[in-house]
Order: sequence, then structure tokens, then C-alpha cells
Amino acid sequence: MGGMRTAGDLVARMELSRNMRLDEAKSYVAGKLGVNPIDLSDPCIMRDLREELDIGVVTALPRASRGIQSKLKIEEVLGIKINCCEAHRNRMKR
Amino acid sequence: MIKLTEYLSNMGDGRRFFTTREEVMADIQDGIGNAVDCTGVSELSSSEIDHLCEIIINRQRVVGVEPGSEVVMTEDFGANRFGIDNGTCGNGVEIGRREGSLIFEKAFSMDTFELGHIDYSVKAVKPIIAHEMQTMEQLQMLMTAPLLYGAMPNMGLYYKPDGPYGNPADLMREFKIEEGQQQAELAAEHVARDCEFVAVKLQEAGCDGFDFDTTASAGDAEFVGTLNAVSALRKARPESNIIMGMAGENILGIHGSIEYDGKVVAGLYPHEQVELAEKAGVNIFGPVVNTNTSKSTAWNIARAVTITKECVKKAKIPCHPNMGMGVGGIPMSEVPPIEAATRASKAMIEIAGADGI
Repeated sequence: MGGMRTAGDLVARMELSRNMRLDEAKSYVAGKLGVNPIDLSDPCIMRDLREELDIGVVTALPRASRGIQSKLKIEEVLGIKINCCEAHRNRMKR
Repeated sequence: MIKLTEYLSNMGDGRRFFTTREEVMADIQDGIGNAVDCTGVSELSSSEIDHLCEIIINRQRVVGVEPGSEVVMTEDFGANRFGIDNGTCGNGVEIGRREGSLIFEKAFSMDTFELGHIDYSVKAVKPIIAHEMQTMEQLQMLMTAPLLYGAMPNMGLYYKPDGPYGNPADLMREFKIEEGQQQAELAAEHVARDCEFVAVKLQEAGCDGFDFDTTASAGDAEFVGTLNAVSALRKARPESNIIMGMAGENILGIHGSIEYDGKVVAGLYPHEQVELAEKAGVNIFGPVVNTNTSKSTAWNIARAVTITKECVKKAKIPCHPNMGMGVGGIPMSEVPPIEAATRASKAMIEIAGADGI
């Protein structure tokens, strides 16, 4: 589906974490992003939307979130928990 | 010059040859018939057969799906693929796993990716688990796409001379059937413990999931051992994401009578394997259909799609059929032809209904 170039990583997360079949995962992600499912594989739409939501873009954009930063935002956008983000929060506690 | 009535196609070993529409249809029917005979699944419908024929004889070198029909691609083995030798279809360009993973994420746009040890077996990972954990922790800080950890249960390494247990193949040759079965059961318990240990540690390190790759490579006892490992992992870390990718289309009955949840697993095909995988707690199932190198791509794709379609239909979880060198209808070739790979993928998505590849 194009990974971070589009929304492939997001759809993959829903298949993995909620056992969603493909169409259900696409509908869920499209709903959360406010787009149509067909837009999920459109690199032009998704590049701008990912930058706007700051959930990680495939090009090297200064000051954009990357790695753990973008995944913390993906958690909020998709309404899921990501394992490494939980680990990160636990490590940041004093 | 290709005649108007001829189409360029591939054999199961990757060799190109010229064929006709009639030959393609005959191969498709034969492939479907073989799938039904072996597994008892339903045939494809006449419209699906026509659609498959059109995919195979498409004059374009590369074929694809319509916009909006793309599927998720899950990966195995990780960035080791850059540096390893041709035995694992590697390129021999040694770069670190960190750089390799970022290249796969940013340049190749993988939907998911894996971290794996170059000796891609659970037994090899266990003694270096701290190294794998800290590498996973580092990569999780850098990467955005889901990063799983992958390893093969590879129960063959637990048999002599590489491991502590008697080799069932050797014992059964000496007619020591019960002893062979007992050693297989002990090895299965051991592999389940090791798989659980490694997977729990990587979960603690922040992985986005664990991929038990080439499950059942050592036969039915390994399948049971891995299912037990999945159940244990699900119990220990309920939030885990678990992928189970199979080694072959049929569970080899080396033990012959070992069971999981009251069901003998020897001889099971993908549509039966997925039900047990779901019971154990798997999130994504990766069925395998083996390629016959003596048959055409049309035959192999037809067979693979027929078997996988039933698995997808029976499954309640996403199915990502294994597609690559020698599996999923793709030729058994170190460098699979792109025309065959894209035709097989298109057919698997549009006819079998795969949730991913």
C-alpha cells in the first residue's frame, strides 16, 4: 500500500492490533483521517495530510516528527496503543 | 516477434516460454483440479477462471490492481537481506540493520518491516537476546512504520547433532517409532519455551509484533510447539501482535498423531491451519502454497489462488499469503520474474481476496 508514502503503515497497524480485515482496516483509517478509502493510497493527498497531522512523512522534512514522536501522534489519531510508545512513557516516569 | 495468438509466460522455475490462450485455460483448469484433489477446497467459478486467464495473458510485462485495491505488505527477514549471500537471495551489500531498516521504510515504502538476526532462528537469537532487544529499542525510536521481530522456530535445530533430542527421522528409520514421537514431543515443548522467552523479551523491548516465520518446517510437532508458544505469549503479554507464517502448504506428519486442541495436525492444509492459528491467538496468518517447477505459472497461480481463497474465506483474521521464491504461485527462482510475481499478486488480491501479502 505504499507505507509511509501513503497510509499503508496505518492500515497495517489496524490489521495487526485489532485483527481487522483489509476493507475494515481501510474504512477505519479513512474515517479517522477524514478521507475516502481510495485516498489512502494517493501519495499526493497523504503526503500533505501526514505533514498536517505530523504523523511522519517519507521525505526528509526538517522539524517534522519522526520515529517515536510520530508514533505518539499516530496513537492519538487512530485511537490505539502502540507498544513502543507505552514503553517510552513508562521509561519517562520518575 | 510474438504472434497475435501467442503470449509470453513463465514456467515454475522462471523460464520464459510462449503459450496460447487455450493452453493457459487448460493449465488453469488442471491447477484448480489439482488443488481440489489435494485439499478438498471448492473450485473457482467460471467468471474467476476467465478473470485469471485475462490476468495471465495480459500483454503488459507488469500488471497491477486498480487504485483503491492495494493491500498491506508484511515483510520477513529484515535488512539482513541486503548483506546476506545468494542462499537467502541476498545482495551481499553489507550495511547495518539500522540503515537498512530506514532504507526499507523511507525508500522502499514498506507497510511493515522486521528486525531479525542473520541466523534467523529462535535458538540462535536466545543467547544474544540482549543485543536484539537493545537494537529493537534503538530502531523503535527512529522508525515510524510498524517494526516487528521475526524468527523461525526451526525445530530441526533441536535434534541431534545440532540439539539435545534424538532425530525422529533417524529413529523411525530404525523402526523406533514411539521413541521418535517422544523425542519430537520433547523438542516441541522446548521450542515453545524458547519461542515464548524470545517473543516476551522483544515485546518488552517495544516491538510492534512477533513473526513466527516458516512455522512447521520440521513438521507437525513443530506446528504444535509454535501454536503453544503463541498461546503462551498471548497469555503472558495479551497486547502482543502475532504473525504466523507457514513453511509449506501441508503439515508434514513426521510424528503422525500429535494434536493441538484435540485435533491431529498432520496433513492439514491452509484452510484448516488458520483455524488453529486463530484459536492460539494469532493476529495475521500467512498461508503457503508450494510452486511446482515443472508446471507453468498459469497452473501454479491457479492452484495457489484456489487453495488460498478457501483459507481467506474460513479465516476470521487477516490472511497474508506468503508470496516469493517458490511460494504463492511465484516461480522458484533466485530472481523471480516480475511478470510472474505481479500476475500472482494481482490474482491473489482480486480472486483469493487476500488481506495482504
